[in-house]
Amino acid sequence: MKKIRLLYIIPVVLFASMLLATDFDYENHSAKSTETTNMKAASTNNDNFDKMMSALTHPRCINCHPSDNKPKQGMEEHPHYFGVARGEDDHGFAATNCNTCHQEENNDFSGVPGAPHWGLAPASMNWEGLSKTEIATSMMDKSRNGGKSPNEILKHLTEDPLVLWAWEPGINAAGIPREKPPISKEDYIAAVKGWFAEGAVIPGE
Amino acid sequence: MKISFNINGQPQSVDIEDPNTPLLWVVRDLLDLKGTKFGCGKAACGACTLHVDGEAVRSCSYAVKFAEGKEVVTIEGLGNRENPHPVQQAWIEYVVPQCGYCQPGFIMATAALLAKNPSPTDEDIDNNIVNVCRCATYTRMRKAIHRAAALGQE
Repeated sequence: MKKIRLLYIIPVVLFASMLLATDFDYENHSAKSTETTNMKAASTNNDNFDKMMSALTHPRCINCHPSDNKPKQGMEEHPHYFGVARGEDDHGFAATNCNTCHQEENNDFSGVPGAPHWGLAPASMNWEGLSKTEIATSMMDKSRNGGKSPNEILKHLTEDPLVLWAWEPGINAAGIPREKPPISKEDYIAAVKGWFAEGAVIPGE
Repeated sequence: MKISFNINGQPQSVDIEDPNTPLLWVVRDLLDLKGTKFGCGKAACGACTLHVDGEAVRSCSYAVKFAEGKEVVTIEGLGNRENPHPVQQAWIEYVVPQCGYCQPGFIMATAALLAKNPSPTDEDIDNNIVNVCRCATYTRMRKAIHRAAALGQE
């Protein structure tokens, strides 16, 4: 009888430890490979996933993950003015590129937004038109995410100044503040970390 | 705040209260180089185009603090009457300007393009030369760009 109880207790303790871990290292999470966790069926609690995706599907993010190699602008996601396109290195054309107008920070004189390494996400990371599940699957797929490990994706999502620019988008040429994602930066970062800590489970459609 | 850079080959320092002041204002109002024009003020028209470390930049949207330690070239430094840059020479040959206001920006954008792509196709020109000319001199400009490319290879 004691043996049977022990069999129940061990997984419960393990699961609780995982949830309580503050510095969960996804890559060292034994046995569960990225591939297997990515393919898991719907989680029972998708709160962190849904919060994270509410930001990642916002135009502030999607506008630079186009599916037609043309960056988008504004909340209505219109094609970038002047025929701007991806170019060979995701930063526009040879002489007219992102840095012709965009610098390392927002410019309040012109209303032109800016952040370090301003440019498009790689073509393999096209998110425009994808569902939340498809975006997350793409994001965690090394063959499409630039060979990034889960920890590198976690770092990109929570520390890259270009990603976090979404919460400091500055003002437009008319002096009107740009809309931010629907949750705060702090809540977004907590949700991303929580989602990874829970195993980065991608819910089904 | 003191900001130092080279402009048209000469060292220059400016003492400026707001380091976010557009480079355009510094070039025009402090350094009295009026060839670079103010057009839209929102990096859309390209009239304010100059070069920073060889890259075409819309100077109305470029904080002067970013120019620290860099090489800035304006239309005044591209060439002169006696020794025009191939782009300027081609512009003269094809009598490109009408009112002329936007032309320094176009010339600087074209010079930046030819430095990277000495023989641009029409498609390359369409992709890279996206400034705005209200006189619509685009047809003559296209011819002049091809002529400048040829002059540059002579």
